[in-house]
Amino acid sequence: MTEDSRIATLDAIAARHRDDPSRLVQILREIQEALSWIPPDGIDRLAERLHLPRARVEGVAGFYSFLRTDAPCRYRVLFSDNITDRMQGSQALMKSLCERLWVEPGRVSEDGLVRVDTTSCTGLCDQGPGLLVNGRAIPRATSERLDRVAELILQQQPLEQWPPELFAIDDNIRRADILLDNDSRPGDALRAAIARGAGLDAEAAANARSWREANVPAAPGPLATLEEIKRANLRGRGGAGFTTGLKWEACRNAPATPRYVVCNADEGEPGTFKDRVLLTRQADLVFEGMTVCAWAIGARHGLLYLRGEYRHLLEPLNEVLARRRAAGLLGANILGQAGFDFDIEIHLGAGAYVCGEESALIESLEGKRGIPRNRPPYPVTHGYLQKPTTVNNVETFCAAALIAQHGGDWYRAIGTAKSAGTKILSVSGDCARPGIYEYPFGVTVRQVLDDCGAGIGEYDTQAVQISGPSGVCIAADEFDRRIAFEDLATAGAFMVFDASRDMFEVARNFAHFFAHESCGFCTPCRVGTAMLKATMDKIAAGHGTQYDLAEIDKLDRVLHQSAHCGLGHTACNPTLDTLKRFRPTYERRLKSLDFEPAFDLDGALAAARRMTGRDDAGAHLSTEIQN
Amino acid sequence: MTDTFLLDGEDVPFAPGQSVLQAALAAGRYIPHLCYHPEFKPHGSCKVCTVKVGERTAASCTLPAQPGLEIASDCEEMHELRHTLVQMLFAEGNHFCPSCEKSGNCALQALGSDLGVMTAGFRHFFPDRPVDASHPDILLDFNRCILCELCVRASCEVDGKCVFALSGRGIDKHLVVNAASGKLVDTDIALTDKAMEVCPVGVILRKRVGFAVPIGARRYDQRPISAQALDDAPRPPSGDGRCAACEE
Repeated sequence: MTEDSRIATLDAIAARHRDDPSRLVQILREIQEALSWIPPDGIDRLAERLHLPRARVEGVAGFYSFLRTDAPCRYRVLFSDNITDRMQGSQALMKSLCERLWVEPGRVSEDGLVRVDTTSCTGLCDQGPGLLVNGRAIPRATSERLDRVAELILQQQPLEQWPPELFAIDDNIRRADILLDNDSRPGDALRAAIARGAGLDAEAAANARSWREANVPAAPGPLATLEEIKRANLRGRGGAGFTTGLKWEACRNAPATPRYVVCNADEGEPGTFKDRVLLTRQADLVFEGMTVCAWAIGARHGLLYLRGEYRHLLEPLNEVLARRRAAGLLGANILGQAGFDFDIEIHLGAGAYVCGEESALIESLEGKRGIPRNRPPYPVTHGYLQKPTTVNNVETFCAAALIAQHGGDWYRAIGTAKSAGTKILSVSGDCARPGIYEYPFGVTVRQVLDDCGAGIGEYDTQAVQISGPSGVCIAADEFDRRIAFEDLATAGAFMVFDASRDMFEVARNFAHFFAHESCGFCTPCRVGTAMLKATMDKIAAGHGTQYDLAEIDKLDRVLHQSAHCGLGHTACNPTLDTLKRFRPTYERRLKSLDFEPAFDLDGALAAARRMTGRDDAGAHLSTEIQN
Repeated sequence: MTDTFLLDGEDVPFAPGQSVLQAALAAGRYIPHLCYHPEFKPHGSCKVCTVKVGERTAASCTLPAQPGLEIASDCEEMHELRHTLVQMLFAEGNHFCPSCEKSGNCALQALGSDLGVMTAGFRHFFPDRPVDASHPDILLDFNRCILCELCVRASCEVDGKCVFALSGRGIDKHLVVNAASGKLVDTDIALTDKAMEVCPVGVILRKRVGFAVPIGARRYDQRPISAQALDDAPRPPSGDGRCAACEE
C-alpha cells in the first residue's frame, strides 16, 4: 500500500470517529485491522487530527497487545497460550507451523508476510487449541487444519476468502437453565418492567425521584424495576459479587447526568468463555438487560466493551442492535414510553486482560491506556467521562432482564439463600464433555465433574481451577464444596486437571499470564509479577531452593498489601494454592540447598572453554564444596 | 472545628480535599513516599506511601482524608513493605549509585538509606535500554527509570508540552518522548522546563554539569529525605495573615 493510500485509509477511519480523542482505542484498532499495523507516520497523523501529543498516541498503541507498531505484516497468527491450550498440544502445533512457514516465533518474517506468536487465553478452551489470525478466531487447531492455514498464508489468500469452516465456533451448551433456555421474545422483559410500574400509586411515584428529573415527573416504573432487582438479591457475575440492586441505586441517585450503562464483555479470565456463548445465543437478552438497567437508572447511552478476541461477534451483535432499533426496543421513546431514550454502541478491546477491571475498562472506553483508576470515587458516581456509570457483566445483565420479566421473588427462589439464581460455568480441561453448563447456585464441584465426564475413576481428576488463575485451585478432598458466593465464588471458569498433569506447570503458566497482563502502573505488580515469573522459571530449570519458596511468600504478601488492583492481589494465588496442595511437585524440582544462584558461574565459562579448546578439570569451576 | 484523623495514635487535622499524605506532611508528620510531589495531582503508583487503614492497606497519597480514619504508618508491617518496594525498584533498574551522577541528589537512594535498604534483595533485572544523548544539553538514561511519571506530569501539567509519556505495559512499560524519531532532540523540551527538575532518580540529566557539586555536598548528603520532605510540604498559612517582614 502506498503512503498516500495508507494515510487516506487512516483519515477515513479517524473521520468516521469524528476525530474524537476519546475514541482513540477504536480508531487504532480499526487502523490495525485495515493496515496490519500502526505505522509511525500514522501516529503522527492521528496526533495531529485528534490534537493529542504524539507520545500519548504512541503510549496507547503500545499498551494493547493486538496493536502493533513494529512492522507491517500481512498475517498475524496468535496461538492461545492458556494451560488448557497447552494440554491440547498448542506448543507443538505452533512449533510445526513456524517450521512450515520458516519463521521464528515472535518475529515478523523478512518478507513481511507472517508473524507467529502466543497470546493470552482466547476463550476457546472447550474446543482448543485456539488461535487468532488477524484477530479472527480459529478453534480446534490440528496439524491438518494448520496445514490448511499455512497453505492459505503462503498463497496470500485474503482472510475473507478462507473457508468459513475454519472459523466455525461451537456453542457446546451441555446444561441449560433459566438463562440459556430463555425463549422470551425481544422486548418481553421491558414490557413487563413498564407494566409493573403502571399500577403503582401515583402519589408514591411523585415523591420518588424521577428517572429524568429534568422533564418527566416521577416515573414509577424505574423504581419498581429497581425494587425487583434488589428483591431478587442479584449479585454481579464478573467475580466480585457486588449486589446489583445497590449498584444501580447508587448510580441512579448520583446527581450528575448523563448516566451510562456499560456491559463488561471483556471476558479475559483464562478458562472463561460463557459470555461468548451468551453473546452468541442470547444477545437480545444481554441488550434487554442493559435497556432495563437504563430504564431503572435513567441512562440514555449504553456501551458494550467486547474483548478483541471476540471480534467475530461484532457484526452479528450489530445486526441484533439494528433489529432492536427497528422494533422500537432501542432509540427514542422505547416501546412508546415518552422520554425513554436509550441506545447501545459496541467498543472492541485490543488484547488487555486488565481492561476487565471496571475502571480500567472505562479508561479504555475513553480511548486511554487501560490503567485501573484510584477509587474512591467509584464508577457509579464518576465513571465513563466522569459521569455516573453502571458497569455489569454480560451474565448479570441477562439475569436482570429475566428478573424484570418474572420478578425478584421468582429469581431468588432459585439457588441458595445467599446466592440467588443460576451460574454459568465454562468447563474445560480433562473431561469428556467440555463446554457450557448452567446450574442453580449451590451445585457441588463433584456434580459438575460427574456431568462433564471427569468423574473420579474415569479421568482421575486431581484438581479443579475455579474462576481462573485469579480464583482458587482445589484438590480432590474439596470436591464436595459448592459453587456459590458463600463457598466457591466464581466468574465461571472451571478447568479440570487429571492425575497426569503437573500442577507446577499449571501454576507456572498462570504466573506467566499475570506477568504478561500486568498493566505496569504500580511497583508491586509490575516488578512482583515479573519476579514471580522468573522464580517459577528458575524452579522449572532445576535451580530452585527453599529460599525461592520463601521469596514467593514474600511477593504474595507485598502484592496483597500494596498492589493497585485485583490483578496484583491475586497474582500469587495459583502458585500458593498449588504449593499448599501439591507441594511435592515443587519439592522434587528443588535443590537441597538453602540458596542457589540463578546465575551459572561454570556455564558462563563455556565460551572461554570453546575459544581455548579446553575442557579439562582446571577449566571448570568446582561447584561441589570440598570437605 | 477542624476535622481530624488518627495517624499512629495522634490527631492530624485536614482540610477538605486533602489526602492522608498531604494532611500528614502539612502537619509535620512524615510518611515515606516517592512518586508523590506536592505540586502535582497524586496518582499512587509507587505504593511506598502505603499505610494501614484499620485492617486494610491503601496508598496514603490518594486516600482521601476522612474524619475518624485510623491510620498506622510507623509500624513494623509498613516498614517491611516499604523496604521491599524500594528493593524492587532497585532490582528493576540499573542503580549503580557510586557511578551515578545523581548520587546524593537521588530520592530513591535517599529513601533507601532512610529505610535501611542495604541490598536489592532480589535478582536484578539489568535492563538494557539505549540511552538518549541526542539533545545537546540533556541526557536521558532510561535504565534508571522508576516509572513514577513525575516528568510526564510536570511536562503536561506545568510546561504544557507533554514531552514525556509512557508506553508498553507490565515490566516492559517504558518512557517515550514526544517525537516521531523517538529522540529528545526533536522535542520542544527546554532546560527551564519543570520536567527538567522533577526526576527523582538519574534519568533526566543536564550535560556538562556532572559532579560540579561534589558528592558529599549534595542535597541528601545534608539532611535525610524525611526532613526535606517536610520542608517542602505545602502548609496552610499560619498566624494572622500578616507578613512579619514588611508589616503589611
